[in-house]
Amino acid sequence: MNNRDTSSKTASSKKASAQVSPAKILPHIIRPYGDTTGDGMVQVSFTLPIPHDKRAEGAALQLAAKMGLAPALLVHAKAMGTDFTFFIVYGSVSHLVDLRDVVVIEREFAMLGAKDVNAAIKKRLRRKLVVVGACIGNDAHTVGIDAILNIKGFAGEKGLEYYSELRVVNCGAQVQVPELVARARAEKADAVLVSQVVTQKDRHIHNTMTMSAAFREAYPAGKVPLLIVGGPRFEQGSEDALGVDRIFGKGTTPGEVASYLVHAIGVNTAQSPS
Amino acid sequence: MSTVKHTSPAKPKLELDPAVIRKARSLARKAGAPVVKLARTHTTVSVERAVLRLAGLSGADHEGEPWVNHLVDAVRDEVGLELGVTTPVFDAVRRGEAPDLLTLAQKATAGSVSFRLPRGRDLSAAQKLALRSVKPGMARIDRNRATRDRLIKRHGNPKQRPWIYLIVATGDIYEDIPQAQTAAREGADIIAVIRSTGQSLLDFVPEGATREGYAGTYATQENFRLMRAALDDVSKELGRYIRLVNYASGLCMPEIATLAGLERLDMMLNDSMYGILFRDINPIRTFVDQRFSRQIHARAGIIINTGEDNYLTTADAVEAAHTVTVSQLMNEYFAKEAGLQDWQLGLGHAFEISPDIPDSFRMELAQALLARQLFPDAPLKWMPPTKHMTGDVFRGYLLDGFFNLAGVMTSQDILLVGMMTEAVVTPFLSDRDLALQNVRYVLNAAGGLTEDFHPPRDGFIQTRARQVLSEAVDLLEKIVSDKGEPGSVPLLQAISDGTFGLMKRPADAGRGLDGVVKCAPGYDNPATTLLATTRTEGGTGK
Repeated sequence: MNNRDTSSKTASSKKASAQVSPAKILPHIIRPYGDTTGDGMVQVSFTLPIPHDKRAEGAALQLAAKMGLAPALLVHAKAMGTDFTFFIVYGSVSHLVDLRDVVVIEREFAMLGAKDVNAAIKKRLRRKLVVVGACIGNDAHTVGIDAILNIKGFAGEKGLEYYSELRVVNCGAQVQVPELVARARAEKADAVLVSQVVTQKDRHIHNTMTMSAAFREAYPAGKVPLLIVGGPRFEQGSEDALGVDRIFGKGTTPGEVASYLVHAIGVNTAQSPS
Repeated sequence: MSTVKHTSPAKPKLELDPAVIRKARSLARKAGAPVVKLARTHTTVSVERAVLRLAGLSGADHEGEPWVNHLVDAVRDEVGLELGVTTPVFDAVRRGEAPDLLTLAQKATAGSVSFRLPRGRDLSAAQKLALRSVKPGMARIDRNRATRDRLIKRHGNPKQRPWIYLIVATGDIYEDIPQAQTAAREGADIIAVIRSTGQSLLDFVPEGATREGYAGTYATQENFRLMRAALDDVSKELGRYIRLVNYASGLCMPEIATLAGLERLDMMLNDSMYGILFRDINPIRTFVDQRFSRQIHARAGIIINTGEDNYLTTADAVEAAHTVTVSQLMNEYFAKEAGLQDWQLGLGHAFEISPDIPDSFRMELAQALLARQLFPDAPLKWMPPTKHMTGDVFRGYLLDGFFNLAGVMTSQDILLVGMMTEAVVTPFLSDRDLALQNVRYVLNAAGGLTEDFHPPRDGFIQTRARQVLSEAVDLLEKIVSDKGEPGSVPLLQAISDGTFGLMKRPADAGRGLDGVVKCAPGYDNPATTLLATTRTEGGTGK
């Protein structure tokens, strides 16, 4: 199974060119491809907040030139109402791309579809994975936790409730830490998801540290459920300082969380089969 | 543009067995009736708050908690809601505890009012005063309906079918207004203001004009008023009545329906099971709130839009096609029971079959025709693809074109305009313009195609439609026979077994359960009394 240590940093390694098949050597410098190698052709569309006339078309070409399109071909201009004009421009970009400068930041886990998540949990746990979620402290902003947990989901992705192999307990807003710990124990939670939106006076950090300390106190060592926090203002990489297993930031989708859960239980069961 | 009316087809496009259709409706009635009984014998905090709103109580304290919440909570704490909120409230007014409801609510919040359950002559006097106090609110709803009819007569309905439905959602009502007006000028007939994420789970209606929301704008009475006024201006300018839509869903469904009636909204999203399945709101709370909301909508001449499209975003659109039909039948039953008429039933369905499977478009046509034929007089709401919009905006634009084509070929009535940037970003101005060009092209090029389009007998489309209908009947049969404990309600049992959208929602769990109250003998609700006795007949929506 997956024995990779979660802490190993695969990020920021310059390995983009190492991923392609060895049979084909890529050049270091490339340009966009229209219909001939090296032609640099791209297509862009945009709107300018001015009425459509000759000056507007000139403005569009000026923008195209500043974007590095030379020569630029204005192929379409259309008035949208009286105040806006829509443009489509084709042209050759003068910019070059240096593949050696491409930095790839990788997730420590693979993104899985709902089917694969369910199959992996079934295989590894032979029971449902229990997720307990809450907004703790005074935070009443359930937007984040609901986007991840509710079947309605977020960004076109269904929430964790949708996954047949996940059992989701959403405790809602303003849950006090002892209450959350008790619920997690009662439900035999494998993972605890906590959302913190309010960040006044660093409430989110304080609340999270209180929460992780309470879990470490209530559970025997090594038996603490996965502690996951989400919110727009957590500093990425500060997991150890907060005493949690994973931080998710703004724009996280339920699928990412589900994939992480699969990854994390894979690691755990590999370490201590139970 | 198409002027073909679907209400007078030369002959039906699908040869469905009328006996099967009758059976489907009778099963829906059988599944729904016990739920209606449940709704009649319970009330909720939100229903009671809606009644106080009709009686003219509005506004909120300095922390934003509405006075209707304060007053209902105070009455509930002291004497309970089993007899309705209005009897103890108007008894207190009669006893001179306060000159009006606002003062009473303020005093009740401070704990300086005592409520009681009046008896005998005091009881009938309190009930009489309650009825008299709710009448002006109901009269305002009636006047708004008459105003809408007059404005539609003056400005006119859209010239084409389907009506074009566009969404605005900036979070700031003062940004929404110019966007909505621009959308109307670009061709939208119906403007929906998307609500802020999470409003459905708030157990109060925010107050005043709001300028920040998450991915949408809060539904408030003031926001309703501002937007309706702005659309009245643009209706006059365009010579076409622009309809306004919001959401009567979530924990405050009855209050929001009431505010919609008070501020002349024209359509409300109002699904019978959406909140239960997708928001984990308690089933009984939902059905009680639902019935009251729909009674208000019926009275206000509001067209409801149901949410069947949501099933297809969670379940597979081919395998779960029949759940859409079942939900449409249930929505129809609950709506009609609450007094809504066919022209008010914007039953929903969506173009969500994976474009990667063979014959996906033919199956879409079958499903859309099935809905069309089952509900010939309902203004069907046709929802664009979302699940299979990948971020490839070019492919998405083509898919939206096929969605539009299916819509005109099967005579859908309300077309929610699909955006190629679905699941990518909030649509750009240009995305909306392109989307409307797409709709216009299809309407112009193929609007009359419905006249030529007759799927052959026992061909792919007819067979598929019959299959979906028969699966729907099977599912309804399964629901009706789903017996749990003696005396349990089969539909609630089915919901708690996970029959719909794969979600298990037991009747004794979910949000808002603590706001459900069983009515005691003598329960009085002056609003439902007025709604039941003096229902206005007829409508001019079509």
